[in-house]
Amino acid sequence: MSVYLDHAATTPMVDSAIRAMTEQLGKLGNPSSLHAEGRSGRKDIEEAREQIAALVDCQPSEIIFTGSGTEANNTALKGLYWSRKTAGKNVVVISAIEHHAILDPAQWLHDHEGAEVVTIGVDADGVIDLAQLRELIAIRGNEVAVISIMHANNETGVVQPIAQVVELANAASIPVHSDCVQSFGKVPLSFRELGLTALTLSGHKFGGPLGIGVLVLRRGLEIPALLHGGGQEREIRSGTFNAPAIVAFAAAAQNAVSRMQERNEWMMTLREDFIRGLLADVPDAYINGAMAQERLAGIVNVTFPGTESDTLLLLFDAEGISCSAGSACSAGVQRPSHVLLAMGHDDVSARSSLRFSLGWTTTGEDIDRVLGVLPQVIERARAANLR
Amino acid sequence: MSGGVDSAVAAARAVEAGHDVVGVHLALSSNPQKYRSGARGCCTIEDSHDARRAADVVGIPFYIWDMAEEFHAGVVENFLAEYAAGRTPNPCLRCNEKIKFAAVLDRARAMGFDGVVTGHYAITKEGPMGKTLHRAVDISKDQSYVLGVLTIEQIAGAIFPLGDTPKVDIRKEAAARGLSVANKPDSHDICFVPSGDNAGWLHDRLGSEVGPIVDQNGIQVGQHRGAYTYTIGQRKGLNLSVPTADGSPRFVLKIEPTTNTVVVGSREDLAITTMYGENPVWCGPAVTSMDQRGYVQIRAHGSALACTYRYEKNQLIAVLDEPLLGLATGQAMVIYEGDRVVGSATVCETSA
Repeated sequence: MSVYLDHAATTPMVDSAIRAMTEQLGKLGNPSSLHAEGRSGRKDIEEAREQIAALVDCQPSEIIFTGSGTEANNTALKGLYWSRKTAGKNVVVISAIEHHAILDPAQWLHDHEGAEVVTIGVDADGVIDLAQLRELIAIRGNEVAVISIMHANNETGVVQPIAQVVELANAASIPVHSDCVQSFGKVPLSFRELGLTALTLSGHKFGGPLGIGVLVLRRGLEIPALLHGGGQEREIRSGTFNAPAIVAFAAAAQNAVSRMQERNEWMMTLREDFIRGLLADVPDAYINGAMAQERLAGIVNVTFPGTESDTLLLLFDAEGISCSAGSACSAGVQRPSHVLLAMGHDDVSARSSLRFSLGWTTTGEDIDRVLGVLPQVIERARAANLR
Repeated sequence: MSGGVDSAVAAARAVEAGHDVVGVHLALSSNPQKYRSGARGCCTIEDSHDARRAADVVGIPFYIWDMAEEFHAGVVENFLAEYAAGRTPNPCLRCNEKIKFAAVLDRARAMGFDGVVTGHYAITKEGPMGKTLHRAVDISKDQSYVLGVLTIEQIAGAIFPLGDTPKVDIRKEAAARGLSVANKPDSHDICFVPSGDNAGWLHDRLGSEVGPIVDQNGIQVGQHRGAYTYTIGQRKGLNLSVPTADGSPRFVLKIEPTTNTVVVGSREDLAITTMYGENPVWCGPAVTSMDQRGYVQIRAHGSALACTYRYEKNQLIAVLDEPLLGLATGQAMVIYEGDRVVGSATVCETSA
């Protein structure tokens, strides 16, 4: 029996999404075509768009379908930057714990488009430094092109104070984008209430398919496109409508939001059992982000002093348990997590950390299996580290 | 699993032998090249991909282990220090000694594995001395020399499934197993010098201080840009300004790093009969001060030279039956008793 505790990387598709997708795969017609088949496909897409808009609390016209969360992030960050750079604003503000799909386009804007990137730090619990942001806006607010701060961090699950970020930004009329890839379907999310200019979603993180993302972009705001072509999606994103993925995205989103509360309660119970058992077996282990005000129910980021994460991953993998650690470089080598480093870890402790992420298929038996092998895995990993 | 054909077949054979096998690719450079260029190097991202695909075909889990720090400290720095001291090191031996059968083996054992399987062409045999190291049946591919730096404890944790098979048959076997690396060229040269330009690589790191090339009488006959880029016995690339009286070629006899001097002389002056080695490693019972007959090998693909050897005053001493032309210090001298590796030491001195 394998135990999958890497739901933050990707989570199994829910049945309703698989049904919606497979049904749509059998349908003929380019949704941009004017004939009957085309109109039928387009109708399914627009219904999906309306359904998603209701779940995110935005207008249907504010939904832009993309090929991935990464594409949505790139479109938002680069597009908002370009649209405001003409007004002399070239400062891009991000946090130190953003996903690479924000960090790297920000770096690219710096390297190629004259952006100055300012990074907002985080405290030991992984919460962004609002005071730093406040001061930055007070002093240099008129230079800021865009602020992008993620809603919930993918490694620690720590939820960021986005409403306060928007409040600070509003004072200087700065657009705020938020990468909500991890938070959607896990915590309540309202585009309207948060007052965001843009946000990003990704289908495969909440039971939908791969290869589909959503950029929610405030109505009336036009930004330069990354992909030029047929002009689908507000001229901001061209490419033939991916109807099967779009309808499945909507079905999964519906499932995630309507079952959010019960799943969160269940996962919270499992998580607390897991943490209790884990700390009993490994007393010097500690949970990263444990003291943050709000954390996603499914993510447990834990440091096991005296170990190395790639050793732990191999040993857990051999036991049929899947979890993850930081991110790997292009050569496949585990690197210390930039998120943990930003939280004050040194290289060694950051490399001793693992992320277990629970999801909608996780059971109490899964947790028991992990706790069952944990002492032996930790013992071996520590021995391997002493070599 | 380097991404080459040998380790891929070794992994497949280890699985068939009933072992529970995990594939590991070593990341040895903190800044790897994306693609292989020719037959050089073995740790590009493309090689790591080839290793992953081989593991998929063999049906084993695959991981990349970051050994860049250990490799730099144990192999690259030693390589530079040896050249700077006027010796000619062999980094592949150091890698086996410090990385593959030390850092990797120790880590694997701690994690619960029994040993490290590699695609080296060598044979191990169980006997009264324990598990001992022997030459491969394919003498042209035999790699027992580069494994000659391993102790008997290290050999105990080593598995070489290819030693009983000629290389051509390994390629055929790889093709039959559906391994796409079956026809991948063998890697040569030094993996961390991807350009293949050893002298240029050393110049970049050790500087280019001009110094004299002198004959045995101390008379300057040319100049060089770093004594360390020369090796004993070298004839080409000396660019000498003063020819010999009879026009005979001259060879590098000696490298003196302290004075940055290269000494050249005639072919006859290169001849040595006795070599002395330091820091010995025994793969079985230690060599004693009693003379023994055997063979010594001083290059990876060199021949076995008949000799009488003994261990005395912390030095492994081999006296050759026939003189040898040119032996650089820093090279490993590996002693054989028949096809069995007895032990090895690093050449620190030679005499005629």
